[in-house]
Amino acid sequence: VATLNDTTAATAVARARGGVRPWQPLAVVVVIVLAAAVPFVVSDYRLFQLTQVLVYAMAVLGLNMLTGFNGQISLGHGAFYAIGAYTTAILLDQTGVPYWATVPIAGAICLCVGYLFGLPALRLEGFYLALATFALAVATPQLLKYKALDHWTGGVQGVLVALPDPPDWVQPIMALLKLPAMQGSQWLYMLCLAWTVFLFVIAWNLLRGRTGRSMIAIRDHPVAAATMGIDTAIYKASTFGVSAMYTGVAGALGALLAQFVSPDSFDPFLSVRFLVGSVVGGVFSISGAFIGAAFIQFLPNLADSASKLAPEIMFGWVLVALGAIGIVWTGWLSMRRAAAFGRLVGPVLGALSIAAAVVGAGFLLLPGWAGWAPKVVPPPQVIYGVVLIALMYVMPSGAMGLIRIAGARLKHVMAAPPGIHGNVSSATGAKEREHVGS
Amino acid sequence: LDAFLHQLLSGLATGGIYASLALALVMIYQSTHHLNFAQGEMAMFSTFIAWQQIQWGVPYWAAFAITLAISFVAAFIMERVVVRPLLNAPPLAVVIVLLGLLLIFNGLAGWIFGYTIKAFASPFPSDAWYGGPYMSSQEVGMIFVTLVVLALVFVFFRFTPLGLAMRAAAQNPVSSRLVGIRVGWLLAIGWGLAASIGAVAGMMAAPIVYLDPNMMASMLLYGFAAALLGGIDNPWGAVLGGFIVGVLENLAGAYVVSTEIKLTVALVIIVVTLVFRPFGLWGRVLVSRV
Repeated sequence: VATLNDTTAATAVARARGGVRPWQPLAVVVVIVLAAAVPFVVSDYRLFQLTQVLVYAMAVLGLNMLTGFNGQISLGHGAFYAIGAYTTAILLDQTGVPYWATVPIAGAICLCVGYLFGLPALRLEGFYLALATFALAVATPQLLKYKALDHWTGGVQGVLVALPDPPDWVQPIMALLKLPAMQGSQWLYMLCLAWTVFLFVIAWNLLRGRTGRSMIAIRDHPVAAATMGIDTAIYKASTFGVSAMYTGVAGALGALLAQFVSPDSFDPFLSVRFLVGSVVGGVFSISGAFIGAAFIQFLPNLADSASKLAPEIMFGWVLVALGAIGIVWTGWLSMRRAAAFGRLVGPVLGALSIAAAVVGAGFLLLPGWAGWAPKVVPPPQVIYGVVLIALMYVMPSGAMGLIRIAGARLKHVMAAPPGIHGNVSSATGAKEREHVGS
Repeated sequence: LDAFLHQLLSGLATGGIYASLALALVMIYQSTHHLNFAQGEMAMFSTFIAWQQIQWGVPYWAAFAITLAISFVAAFIMERVVVRPLLNAPPLAVVIVLLGLLLIFNGLAGWIFGYTIKAFASPFPSDAWYGGPYMSSQEVGMIFVTLVVLALVFVFFRFTPLGLAMRAAAQNPVSSRLVGIRVGWLLAIGWGLAASIGAVAGMMAAPIVYLDPNMMASMLLYGFAAALLGGIDNPWGAVLGGFIVGVLENLAGAYVVSTEIKLTVALVIIVVTLVFRPFGLWGRVLVSRV
């Protein structure tokens, strides 16, 4: 037990100093190498989706910085995504700027716009800020359609963007690796991957150090942070700017990927999707941005295909899943001997869960039972909503929040002598939960 | 001047709808400090329920009353079942759950009632004595109904024991619990009342904007803007905010810019106002203690 305690303490100290665990750089390198191999093994359609995930991940990371680390809610990041996308589209359409140079230009423009928007936003808090940013999201498509700007934005029609060709120096490398010549879509994936790695490394450095601690301090207690000598106004406005820059870079790459920009692809719902991705992945995390991005990219498709399933199969799986969750939950409650867990609740909950699982399995396996299943499947939108709500019950602080809490519990169970872990670990959990949101 | 008066008055009429919706938002915000993103879709769904009854031959005002009752009960149950487990969850998780509810109601309405745009009967005959050259009878009726709802809400909170208990629970839940007020039930009642007020807004708006699952998308935004402009913790402010937003939007569309971007102009004006008065025009200014 003593050795375990020592290692945990050492890790905790290392983490508090913004240190790195020994296996982390290695893991990151392995992941990057694997990610770089992806475009050569998947189909074109999958490649498009995965590139989109990378693009969303950058946008969601920008939002995490602002909302999770600095406590400013934004329902308007779709606007910055749109500004980035239109910057690239207009530069490519009207000037001779090469495509790779448009991405940092888009980022720089969004940095300025975000900083300037962040200044008046300093005075607004909570839902008032949410409304102001949402107004930005609503105004963006309308402004893009505005007649006076038609010359640049192309009005409702939008602007076409050419898919960039891979540069000449790539093909010899491909030949050297004995691979077929690189396609435009594969090159774009590589470009997005490079930008993602670059932006995530910057974010990691920024948020782990003094800057990140200042941002968190401002989120948790602005007055105390100011007393400690943090210039809250500069920090909040700059965070807004940097966050907008991340989303703007994502937008620029997104325009190259979609090969087309039009006002209606940047409706307010885009901003809402970014927020959903941010919260589902874990708003107070860096790597959670990937989980959130994958979620907003793939869940609509999954909901679509779920609503096309035969009713008995869909309801069968739902019942089996509910039953399994119920059984695990019953077991967990009875192990903890929770106060609310009376003599009656446990058996009833357990019996119901087992019944649900059995009926669900029956729907799936027995043709006779399938006839009893409901005859209709709800539309994808309803399934999407239900999944969203269910996820928030399971992990109110997002996927990374859940992993963090589970890790803390596990570490505690392993480190502490048996018998006392119940209370303390739930206190750790509560603390983790407090960090997120605000 | 005639045209101006006409714009002003029809702005007041649509402002009435925003005011009711804003009032519903304030009801829920006061007790739980959540902004209910699903409020608009709940109102839309209630309106569909009323429409279905009218299709079945129920007289208008009977359908009106039944809809209010159904909305109240449904929202009451929803608060207990869906929202209550999130009592200690971070605020953003609640926001996402409410967005999920929005999606569910929108999808359900389209699924059950279809996406075709439907006409909704107006309870106010078009040749009634109170209709005039400046305002149609529907618009006059809408303003009247909004004011009646506001008066009822005021009387409820000011003069009934339940209203007093609700105010106490909103102001200080812990102490209220200690003196025997069942705070949890009151929160659910707050949801129910808000849903009923939203249903009124939906049924008043439907004859003008027509009935379809997406009718409330922009309405809700105006409702938010109205509630926040007036001050999210002040019912009177929310109603005044609703009328201001309605008039502002109409005048902006008529005189300042083309109608396509009147929404943008109205929002910009509201946000600029908020920058100078960060807690709304009539909101309580929060002072943070250290």
